[in-house]
Amino acid sequence: MSEPVLVLDGLRKAFGALKVTDGVDLALRPGELHALIGPNGAGKTTLVHQISGMLKPDAGTIRFRGQDVTGLDAKARARRGLARTFQITSTIASLSALENVALGVQARAAHPLALFRDAASDESLNRPAREALAAVGLADRAHIAAGSLSHGEKRALELAMALALEPAAILLDEPLAGVGKEEGERLIALLASLKGRYAMLLVEHDMEAVFALADSVSVLVYGRVIASGAPAAVRADPAVREAYLGEEG
Amino acid sequence: MSGAPALATEGRSGGERRKLLLPAVIFLLLALAPLAVHLGMPASWLPLLTRALIFAIAALSLDLILGVGGLVSFGHAAFLGIGAYATGIMITEGRSETLLILPVVLLACAVFGAVTGAVCLRTRGVAFIMITLAFGQMVYFLAQALSAYGGDDGLTLYERSTLLGIDLFASRSSFFYTVLASLAGCYLLVRAIVASRFGRVLRAARENPTRVSVTGFDVDRVRLIAYVLSGMIAGLAGFFLANHTEFVSPAFISWQRSGELIFMTVLGGVGSLHGAIIGAIAYLIAEDALSHLTEHWRVIFGPQIVLFVLFTRGGIVGMLKRAGGGR
Amino acid sequence: MTTGLLLVQILNGLQLGILLFLVAAGLTLVFGVMDFINLAHGVQYMLGAYLAVTFVSLTGSFALGLVLALAAALVFGLVLEFLVFRHLYDRDHLDQVLATFGLILLLNQGVKMIWGAAPLSVPIPELLSGNVRLLDGILYPTYRFALIGAGLAVAGLLWFVVERTRTGMLLRAGASNAPMVSALGVDIRRLFMVVFAFGTMLAGFAGAMAAPILSVEPGMGDTVLILAFVVIVIGGIGSIRGAFVAALIVGLVDTLGRSFMNDLLRFFMSAPSARATGAALSSMLIYLLMAVVLFLRPDGLLPARGRS
Repeated sequence: MSEPVLVLDGLRKAFGALKVTDGVDLALRPGELHALIGPNGAGKTTLVHQISGMLKPDAGTIRFRGQDVTGLDAKARARRGLARTFQITSTIASLSALENVALGVQARAAHPLALFRDAASDESLNRPAREALAAVGLADRAHIAAGSLSHGEKRALELAMALALEPAAILLDEPLAGVGKEEGERLIALLASLKGRYAMLLVEHDMEAVFALADSVSVLVYGRVIASGAPAAVRADPAVREAYLGEEG
Repeated sequence: MSGAPALATEGRSGGERRKLLLPAVIFLLLALAPLAVHLGMPASWLPLLTRALIFAIAALSLDLILGVGGLVSFGHAAFLGIGAYATGIMITEGRSETLLILPVVLLACAVFGAVTGAVCLRTRGVAFIMITLAFGQMVYFLAQALSAYGGDDGLTLYERSTLLGIDLFASRSSFFYTVLASLAGCYLLVRAIVASRFGRVLRAARENPTRVSVTGFDVDRVRLIAYVLSGMIAGLAGFFLANHTEFVSPAFISWQRSGELIFMTVLGGVGSLHGAIIGAIAYLIAEDALSHLTEHWRVIFGPQIVLFVLFTRGGIVGMLKRAGGGR
Repeated sequence: MTTGLLLVQILNGLQLGILLFLVAAGLTLVFGVMDFINLAHGVQYMLGAYLAVTFVSLTGSFALGLVLALAAALVFGLVLEFLVFRHLYDRDHLDQVLATFGLILLLNQGVKMIWGAAPLSVPIPELLSGNVRLLDGILYPTYRFALIGAGLAVAGLLWFVVERTRTGMLLRAGASNAPMVSALGVDIRRLFMVVFAFGTMLAGFAGAMAAPILSVEPGMGDTVLILAFVVIVIGGIGSIRGAFVAALIVGLVDTLGRSFMNDLLRFFMSAPSARATGAALSSMLIYLLMAVVLFLRPDGLLPARGRS
């Protein structure tokens, strides 16, 4: 049983009277794919923002790779190997797919901000970038501007950008959102292929994908984790059924 | 748009060559420009063009932070002014050696840029524009308060700078070619910076700063470095300006000047770098022509700026691209 | 430095502060609600002054002239909104800066063409032309008191509208989150026009009221504009409360700084150096203040609630 890559301990976040995160504990083990599900408004994206460093929690700690990163900002956490994708696609539209991924490779390089090293022709950046693109099936779209890619391709690009950081953990915020059936199946297969190699926290609404991919599942309702464990157990949990049925009821 | 998706990077050969063509043509034309006097242009043509090139250096520096970095600085004239005043003061105090003046100019601009940049970059959007404007004003008032160096009336320089005894600025054509060579040097420098790893981060941060930070880059630091570099290059332009007009005054630092610099950059086409050069030259020639027509030339110019903004996209370079049937 | 002189300068500082508040209030709303950077706002102030000059001399009455000037300034502002500003709301800040910059050039020159370049003035109204005795021997112009009073009254009215009326609530909501307000079904264009009209009237009013005590000349709006920017940044964008506090601070710091910097420096250096350094320092004072505030609180002293 190895040391968890990511540990959330008693995380709390409130906006005025609204408790968006109400004492969340969570552990993510290396190579594990842990799904985070919950009805709309449960606070999933806010939680991801707190883990990635874009939002400061009011209380609680976040430990990443054994270190307390609660006080660190997003860029510091990224440098330590925490990558994320966004619910609303966030690529650099005017740069090519290759350049978007190369940017991530560049961040890990010895001289990320070199003033006089030409970036576009730099093979030390482009080669790993092309590998990441190939891993997500976008090898032949390398030179297309990110803004011109199809929606599903953009989601795959976000994943490639995360891979470029050689992460220890990837936070995936609804990667399947708005994606059609065919592209969705491709993405699911892609995520499955990454299992075991990267620790992943997957926030998703698509239940089929979640139960096909997840090693463990946590259910977030009104900012609290009401159930956590193996997928089958969670699925059968009456509290979980109520949360979802009550939602649809 | 045509059926083919937009190619962001067109591979080394075709795109790179095309990107070098227009700037090469511009510099070639500029190198030959003094000869126009033989074709009937008045003698004042060369000093006017020299002045245009000086502002082209300033506009180029602004394009780095404005066009490439997306930072709308409304106080850029302050750097011009600091460079000009540093030059003017040193010459007045008997030190006209370029190799002594330039380090002072660059250092003063770097320090001002670092200190004010650190404050300005804590803000975004509308606030950033206002802060840069305010700091520019501060320098303006400071210059006005320098009663030992002319105050509001300005300071007349009784000699020009020399370089190791050589009178670079003595003749009109040697002044022109010195500035042209410096402009070419600055252009290549800025171009290299933009194409570099640093430049890529700056460009990306303009479009999506969140993504850039989440990738592990310190966006504020990158912007600050760009801001300081840009200020130093504008300071160089100030050095030339002081020598050219043989006069420095707070008017160099007015916010109207900062606005004009922005207009020059946008006129040419933001972000293209050579566009800033074209824009500065076009602006100064137009200003010269208009001011001979009427005292109230601003009444014509003002609306023109407004209309230009409202109706065009991409400035002169954009128009050239469209005319050439480019993508 | 006597108590009397200090008192006078404090009052002068308050008066400047109130004027700045009137100009800044409209501007901060426009920034906050519409995310629109309007460099031509200073021109509204200038126009208020020029129109006051014309209408007061035409009608012979200050009160009537003031009212007419305000009305004309409002009309002019709305015309500008219709012709130019409306097309800029969706454009990026750079385009807005350039377009409004072009407008300033046009209007400053236009004013020169219509009214001439020489400074003009408006006679102080009879009723307010005396002095008020503060302490023995210290007199303060009644008009300036009236200006402070009028400004505070307008500030009070503004507070009432913003905090207690429905329109005000929409304004505050818009300053925090304009797209949300629009999504809730509020006619955002209408709201923009109301905000804009408010701002224009306030600036014009400030200009008209300032006309009797300042010199009315082309470009007078530009210095005020930049001071207003400093006020807004210190106070917090979109925050009227912030603008009020910041305006008073800026007015006091600037006025007191200019009056007493010289004396203060005399403790440390000789008279001629004190004068030179004093002149330089006092003109830089508010910018240094702005820098310090921004460094400690990038969002301003009293940022509009809800703005990140």
